[in-house]
Amino acid sequence: MPPPLLGIDGDDHGHVSLMTSASTMESIFPKNAGLTERNYLGLSDSSSVDSSAVSGISDVKRSNLNLKATELRLGLPGSQSPERDPDADLVSAESLDEKPLFPLLPSKDGICSGSQKTFVSGNKRGFSDVNNKVSSCAQTTMINDAASKVVSQDQTHATFGNNNKVNTSNPPAAKAQVVGWPPVRSFRKNILATNAKTNDEVDGKPGPTALFVKVSMDGAPYLRKVDLRSYTTYQQLSSALEKMFSCFTLGQCGSQGSQSLSESKLRDLLHGSEYVLTYEDKDGDWMLVGDVPWDLFIGSCKRLKIMKGSDAIGLAPRAMEKSKNRN
Amino acid sequence: MGYSFPEEVLEHVFSFISLHTDRNAVSLVCKSWYEIERWCRRRIFIGNCYAVSPGIVIRRFPEVRSVELKGKPHFADFNLVPDGWGGYFYPWICEMARAYPWLEEIRLKRMVITDESLELISKSFKNFKVLVLSSCEGFSIDGLAAIAANCRNLRELDLRESEVEDLSGHWLSHFPDSCTSLQSLNMSCLLSEVSFSALVRLIARSPNLKTLRLNRAVPLEKLSTLLHRAPQLVELGTGAYSAEIRQDLLSNLTEAFAKCKELEGLSGFWDVVPFYLPAFYSVCSRLTSLNLSYATIQSPDVTKIITQCPNLQRLSVLDYIEDTGLDALSLSCKELRELRVFPSDPFVADANVALTEQGLVSVSEGCSKLQSVLYFCRQMSNSALTTIAKNRPNLTCFRLCILEPRAPDYQTLEPLDHGFGAIVDHCKQLQRLSLSGLLTDRVFEYIGNRAKKLEMLSIAFAGDSDLGLHFVLSGCESLRKLEIRDCPFGDKALLANVSKLETMRSLWMSSCSVSLGACKWLSQKMPRLNVEVIDEQGDLDSRPDSCHVEKLYVYRTVAGPRLDMPSFVRTMNQNPAYRR
Repeated sequence: MPPPLLGIDGDDHGHVSLMTSASTMESIFPKNAGLTERNYLGLSDSSSVDSSAVSGISDVKRSNLNLKATELRLGLPGSQSPERDPDADLVSAESLDEKPLFPLLPSKDGICSGSQKTFVSGNKRGFSDVNNKVSSCAQTTMINDAASKVVSQDQTHATFGNNNKVNTSNPPAAKAQVVGWPPVRSFRKNILATNAKTNDEVDGKPGPTALFVKVSMDGAPYLRKVDLRSYTTYQQLSSALEKMFSCFTLGQCGSQGSQSLSESKLRDLLHGSEYVLTYEDKDGDWMLVGDVPWDLFIGSCKRLKIMKGSDAIGLAPRAMEKSKNRN
Repeated sequence: MGYSFPEEVLEHVFSFISLHTDRNAVSLVCKSWYEIERWCRRRIFIGNCYAVSPGIVIRRFPEVRSVELKGKPHFADFNLVPDGWGGYFYPWICEMARAYPWLEEIRLKRMVITDESLELISKSFKNFKVLVLSSCEGFSIDGLAAIAANCRNLRELDLRESEVEDLSGHWLSHFPDSCTSLQSLNMSCLLSEVSFSALVRLIARSPNLKTLRLNRAVPLEKLSTLLHRAPQLVELGTGAYSAEIRQDLLSNLTEAFAKCKELEGLSGFWDVVPFYLPAFYSVCSRLTSLNLSYATIQSPDVTKIITQCPNLQRLSVLDYIEDTGLDALSLSCKELRELRVFPSDPFVADANVALTEQGLVSVSEGCSKLQSVLYFCRQMSNSALTTIAKNRPNLTCFRLCILEPRAPDYQTLEPLDHGFGAIVDHCKQLQRLSLSGLLTDRVFEYIGNRAKKLEMLSIAFAGDSDLGLHFVLSGCESLRKLEIRDCPFGDKALLANVSKLETMRSLWMSSCSVSLGACKWLSQKMPRLNVEVIDEQGDLDSRPDSCHVEKLYVYRTVAGPRLDMPSFVRTMNQNPAYRR
């Protein structure tokens, strides 16, 4: 029988002497608070503010001011992020308009509106950040997660597993990817991804291997690497990169996400972006990402760079010309 | 009365004691045993490179021949540890190069090792024999070329699952013609081509080569050439197992495999063309180890293979094997010790294969020696888990991953508490457990009460409250490593069990509800723990104490807080007095 945990029966002055000396901790951790049932899928309680976020408000106000200036969004300079409805609570998958967050140039492989939900578009962050009470974008992610995962989010999981009938109107939905889940190593994922593609090819042809390119960002102290073959659209790539590099741009996001914070943040998103994603192609030229169809892109991309929008303005005309010449 | 017994005799006795845990116990008997033991210890294992410093190790053990080090926490495998976190080998090699001129073996796991370090290894140790880099990164082909060129007596070079920067350039040709000592070469993780002629020459002059794992770039057409040069191989990893359909190629390959009378283990098998599978059927009856986890072949093909392998002990396979294949496995492979079933399409909501909990139940029934399981599936039930537990009380490692987080028992829709409870109840020797599915605090009560031999526990999307964590920390006596993600565990359990943390190697908690204030408090209370907070949002200093940390990594150490952290990692309460 384990020693009783303090707080079970509302008795916080339990036998554990450590706690009694930490009276200051008592004021920070209110009794029996904060342990509300959390729905990590954001289904029933879209405004589930962590009730232990006692001192978050002032930080919220402070971070509002910095958000616009420090936010990382990927898109062409001067472009606007599409409007998003912050109250899109529990809309069905079909009615949710999956607009791209990063208005990359239209490309032939149709970024957004397909029923193929290989990702949750319009999200800046993945599933695990829903749970991360520090992330101020948690609410946004939860709302969109909820909408697009309505199928698998059935609370009772009544139609779980082989008998999942809810989603029959769509082709088998790909799940929104939680970081690091399922726990499959990346080299294993790469193999499977490339094998899946080669299933369409003639038997006997070996598939392409993983394609790692370095990603640098102006001002960041170190590089990251991404495997381009683990993505199939620009959307996935830009979401992943944004998540990776957000630590360098977002200033003080430090509070538990509240509804009002995410709304204002959404508004800020509309006012254009600060960073753009560029790549160096086989000829050594720097181009804006999004110019060309995805397959062509991964065939010619040698490395990626996230640069300030102002630095990238000169790229646009050359990029357009080049793609014209190619086509 | 130790001094009346000649040291040489004791030393000779100690030379028979190889397990590092036994060695540690020996050193605690008395001061003279401590002294004798430390001078004759030849192999050291450091499970957390930050738990101790190179200086401390070298001071205590001056005559070491073999070093094994582990760096990043296990969840780094799943991209939960950001790049730049740490785990650098360089400080170690700098000091060891000076202190251990007779070092023969280096084994690293999840560490960052540079070309510079590799070059230092190759030039510092005259008798260097074994380099194993498991899930490491930070180096390129150039570093490998240095190892090849300078290590005259190299016996083993194993790069398993490391990330090697493949610049152009062939490194195999750097092995001098005089190098004939190679016994084991694993380059399966390399992405680019190697010079085939250099490879053939190397193999031809290595009569003791027992293990050869090729990379995907080595084409199937060339495999028979290699096999002819090395018929003594015991373990073979093929390259891509595909080619145009050609009867002559199949015959050549079949003949080549037939000549390998010692072959016991097979791996590789990328891009399999089923036409070529029969080429190695002649080897199947001898196989003890088979890794088909990259082979996207369907159940009938897989079944055809494994039904010919009665001596199989270790099998890794994709879920294409399906329940029918696992049924066949349970009937054919009575020697099976270890089974790993990986998901072919983990990100699709609906099942793409007919693999359910039933497959694992069958194997648990038929394979009486089964000890270790890693199983990815989409549905599970309490009754299946209970059956498995009752069938296989000899399980030592049970890792179940139900792909959907918080999936309940698919039949009753209840949590899977009872099922996992049965596992820990029946499998009394269980050392490693990974949980998944819908789980309440109750499962942790079972684990805390029953899993007394459990050393490593992995938890994701489970539990209701701090009580769950408290059960584990207060109940699992043998716990060494605990890793948790996305669970509603907060400060209470952690702070109520602080002394437990010093008995463990490490604790990882990410996306939980631990506050910054609790981390600070923990670190003040327990100076021999490093309480590291990883937070990529930036600017921890201005956060309120009530703020939840993104990721927490706590480990015991005698080396004090580390000094090589990136900006997004902070050790709480860095007290300079504890620096080494």
